[in-house]
Amino acid sequence: MKRFCMRFYLALAFVFLYTPILILIVLSFNDSRVRSSWGGFTLKWYAQLFSDATLLTALKNTLSIALISAGIASLIALMAALGVDAMRKNHAVVVINLGNIPVLNADIVTGIILMLTMGRFMKLGYASILIAHITFNIPYVFLSVLPAIKNCNRSVYEAARDLGADAGTAFFRVLLPDIMPSLMGGFFMAVTLSMDDFVVTYFTRGAGIDTLSTLIYGQLKRGLKPEMYALSSMIFFVVLLILIAGNLIPGGAKRRDNDAVWKRI
Amino acid sequence: MNRASQKRTLLAFPYIFWIIAFTLIPVLILFWYAFTDAEGAFTLKYLAAVFQKVHLKSLWMSVRLSFVCTVLCLLIAYPLSLCMRSLKISRKWMLTTIVIIPMWMNFVLRIMSWQLILSKNGILNRLFSMLSLPPQNLANSGAAIVIGMVYDFLPFMLLPIYNSVMDVEEDVLEAARDLGAGTLTVIFKILVPLNRPGIISGITMVFVPALTTFAISDMLGGGKVMLIGNIIEQEFLNTMNTHLGSGLSLILMVFILIGMLFSFRLERDQEEYKAKSTAEKEKELC
Repeated sequence: MKRFCMRFYLALAFVFLYTPILILIVLSFNDSRVRSSWGGFTLKWYAQLFSDATLLTALKNTLSIALISAGIASLIALMAALGVDAMRKNHAVVVINLGNIPVLNADIVTGIILMLTMGRFMKLGYASILIAHITFNIPYVFLSVLPAIKNCNRSVYEAARDLGADAGTAFFRVLLPDIMPSLMGGFFMAVTLSMDDFVVTYFTRGAGIDTLSTLIYGQLKRGLKPEMYALSSMIFFVVLLILIAGNLIPGGAKRRDNDAVWKRI
Repeated sequence: MNRASQKRTLLAFPYIFWIIAFTLIPVLILFWYAFTDAEGAFTLKYLAAVFQKVHLKSLWMSVRLSFVCTVLCLLIAYPLSLCMRSLKISRKWMLTTIVIIPMWMNFVLRIMSWQLILSKNGILNRLFSMLSLPPQNLANSGAAIVIGMVYDFLPFMLLPIYNSVMDVEEDVLEAARDLGAGTLTVIFKILVPLNRPGIISGITMVFVPALTTFAISDMLGGGKVMLIGNIIEQEFLNTMNTHLGSGLSLILMVFILIGMLFSFRLERDQEEYKAKSTAEKEKELC
């Protein structure tokens, strides 16, 4: 009985979190321009979205900003984590706390201060959105990689050095594979945050460039195009598939083999 | 400290540069705008503007709504975390299904979806009429904004609380039960005190974005409810009064800063506690 109640409560939470998403998916198959009435099942919005140039440009901007910002943020964060790991403790604490500011800061303030700063030195546009996204992405990758570096087995790295590997080789062949899952986790989190961001993009974009979020927000007042539901649902499905596939394959077999080898030695 | 690791600290420089260029300097620029007028002369009038009636009213509204939102998130998230602990739900599973997957449906659309649920002829009222309950007029109200905020920020409350609930060792709870504590006693005398840092961190993680939101209130308030975030957004993007917008943002930042200091201190307390308990454990083992 107690377990049933707990399951029920958990299920309720999921209903709360997923109902709005389900509605949007249903709307993407709705054969009616009016969103409050059901006009039958259709796939036409999915077909039409590929001929909507504004939509495709916004999609391209969103995807490229997400991937590039997450990539650059991962590189900076990985280097930072390696550096901080070698720092004296009190220095490390200062650097970590400073890096936390964008996480704890409000989106609106992050957006505004970056808009004010970059607006003074450059024309707001693609580049300023990219810089803003790198800024809020760095801490997430950093916080995901740093514990992995602290926890990894240092003796293996040192053994590699003792056996004649230079620092670079030892890093790429020993340390990096060890922290790769955390790094990829941070990278994926960064892509997710960047794709979902509205507030920071809204302030730092300037005029004339849209990501999906700002395009949708702009359309809300005039009435949203149904193609928007189709595109967003499609992104949702693709990522869901990737996550399901990733859960089943995540280099798991290979890693387990490695563990077995270690145990035998 | 040997030379190799001194050299390795240099790797942190791009990161430190980035923090200085895109966090610290921008904050200083915000200060500059907030304390000067259009001619560049020093003034306090934009900070004092927060005491104007319109601004005080919307600030008070923001504080009220975000307070309600935070309390609701806490009341939902804490029991949920306890359930997830009992049902042995893994961290990875909970992170993916509760935080990450919903984020892949666009934020603006997710909030707009609540418009459809809460509107006069919306899904909720259709459901209510099927159950022959009286229809509710939730759309374009403070209540709608609170629902949207709880929906969007619940994961931020859940994540730290779940982590701290999972950190409590089963032995501690078992000891309490063996000594005769009932479920409620275990929760309120053992779990809640141990999870205090997680709870506080969840509260700041929800209160800050709730206090400063403008997008959710814009979409679900129907332009009727002006939060401080909406006022700031309009000062920057409609009336183009950068100095006034900066003044008000600075006031908001003071609120956020208080929250940050609060959570930093508690985190430190927690680390000290953890360090102490591991030291004790090591002593025991020896």
